[in-house]
Amino acid sequence: MEVIVISESNGDLLHPVTAQLVGASSSLGGNITILCPGGKGLSEAAEISGVSKVISVEGDCFQSYDSNAWSKALAPHAEGDLVLTSSSSTGRELASSIAAIRGIPVLQDATNISEGIVVSRPIYSGKVIETSSVKIPCVITLRANSYEASESSGKAEISTVNQTADVTISIRKALERAGEKIDVSEADIIISGGRGMGEPSNFSNLEEVADLLGAAVGASRAAVDTWDEIPHSMQVGQTGKTVTPSLYIAVGISGAIQHLAGMRTSKYIVAINKDPEAPIFGVADYGVVATWEEALPALKNELSALLSN
Amino acid sequence: MGVAVLIKQVPDTTSKVSVAGDRVDESSVSKWSISPYDEYALECAMRLKESGYSEVVAITCGPQRSSKALTEAAAVGADSLIHVHVEDSLDSIQVQTLLSAAIKRTGSEIVLCGKQAADTNSGSTGPGIASILDYSCVGVVSEVSVDDGVLVATRQGPSGLEEIEVSAPCLFTFDKGESELRRPNVRGIMMAKKKTVEALTPGDLGVDLGESAVIVNSHSSPPDKPPGQKFEGVSSIATVVQKLRDEANVI
Repeated sequence: MEVIVISESNGDLLHPVTAQLVGASSSLGGNITILCPGGKGLSEAAEISGVSKVISVEGDCFQSYDSNAWSKALAPHAEGDLVLTSSSSTGRELASSIAAIRGIPVLQDATNISEGIVVSRPIYSGKVIETSSVKIPCVITLRANSYEASESSGKAEISTVNQTADVTISIRKALERAGEKIDVSEADIIISGGRGMGEPSNFSNLEEVADLLGAAVGASRAAVDTWDEIPHSMQVGQTGKTVTPSLYIAVGISGAIQHLAGMRTSKYIVAINKDPEAPIFGVADYGVVATWEEALPALKNELSALLSN
Repeated sequence: MGVAVLIKQVPDTTSKVSVAGDRVDESSVSKWSISPYDEYALECAMRLKESGYSEVVAITCGPQRSSKALTEAAAVGADSLIHVHVEDSLDSIQVQTLLSAAIKRTGSEIVLCGKQAADTNSGSTGPGIASILDYSCVGVVSEVSVDDGVLVATRQGPSGLEEIEVSAPCLFTFDKGESELRRPNVRGIMMAKKKTVEALTPGDLGVDLGESAVIVNSHSSPPDKPPGQKFEGVSSIATVVQKLRDEANVI
């Protein structure tokens, strides 16, 4: 089976999810080619173990993001039996467009892909797991952190193709740069605050803990709706982001059903809440009944001590 | 020029979704609603109409029950309603082909939809249709307006939040925006009940669907987690941190 992995970049670097896409492909026994849109992360991609070829697709269209133009430039080089991207917003858009150009189906946000091809994916924001069989050729997007990353001891052959398409979207102005903060949908550890944090300025206490752990800061819908200072991009839950980090720490979040839908598939959940009856404790692996005012300084001290060892 | 808005009827986000046998049990759904991100698209369509576009057509693809979502769209001001009627489960390319044919029939060069539906959580429909129709595609927008003949949108792109401009024909997929869907007034609800829904079959649209390339084998509830450990008081933080390292191995 020919597998085409479309790499994901993070600025000019390769996003770690790319090695996870290769990990998933290797488990299917495919011959793996990586396409790097705009050549970003090319040399890192060539070091991923198990990859036979890396193709840098270069063209003017890759200077700014235009999903339609990018897909048109990538599709002629994505003729494999299986095309795999990350299930980030960009990955989903490229996957959908390339699939439509090729006239084949796409399955989004897989957490498991096995031979057949059989795909498992969470639907209804994680309340239901759907398992389906799909005929090749097809396109699949994979949820980050679902597969172990392939190691970086490979040495794939690198080639370049020039391919572009007309860009129709022009950027008037940047309103907020990405990358200044870790995005909740990509983070391996998330610490989120709810309305129990009292006021938005208190989120700085969460940020201090997040900095120690290299974590992202998230928020409940109640917090986002109540305070203008807490942007929607931080919202975890049904109308926000669905996340699957290794560790999710919920502080001052009661655990409304819409919030649980967005984070219940996290590997480990810690809940800190002063109300012992809060529904969040129902999904927590470790629950602590305490106020955030007491708990966060203690958490910061314990983590500092542990991580400095 | 008209605006098309694509809407999907899904179980209301407050409704319980349960699995019976190996399928989601639709009979247990207490309330069906327009998918939340599609509501933002619909609100934007109404605002575009107020700024001079001639007509808003709401289009849905789905079983008989989904016609009600169109009536709800009419109640807030959608002018015409198209229901592409299919009872079977379709794969992504089948849905995109049908909706593309319906959009073509209306001649709409501005298409708005949610970034993903609240049931499948996929997000395949919008970008796929844009590719089929060769419209520009702007994903994950929170606002679209018209400025001197060009369309201006705020989008969350890979480089961050940005203001972009684009010309029709264009498809936009909506994230949660500032503007919640307006509530219908009594007159709107009364008028909507009288509004005709144009029901079309794939054949009416000249589409031969063929077979779905995706077969759903099963739906299941996620495995129950083992009961957690609960501690009283701030003194237990040290214990929890140690457990995160020794038991969970996550820090």
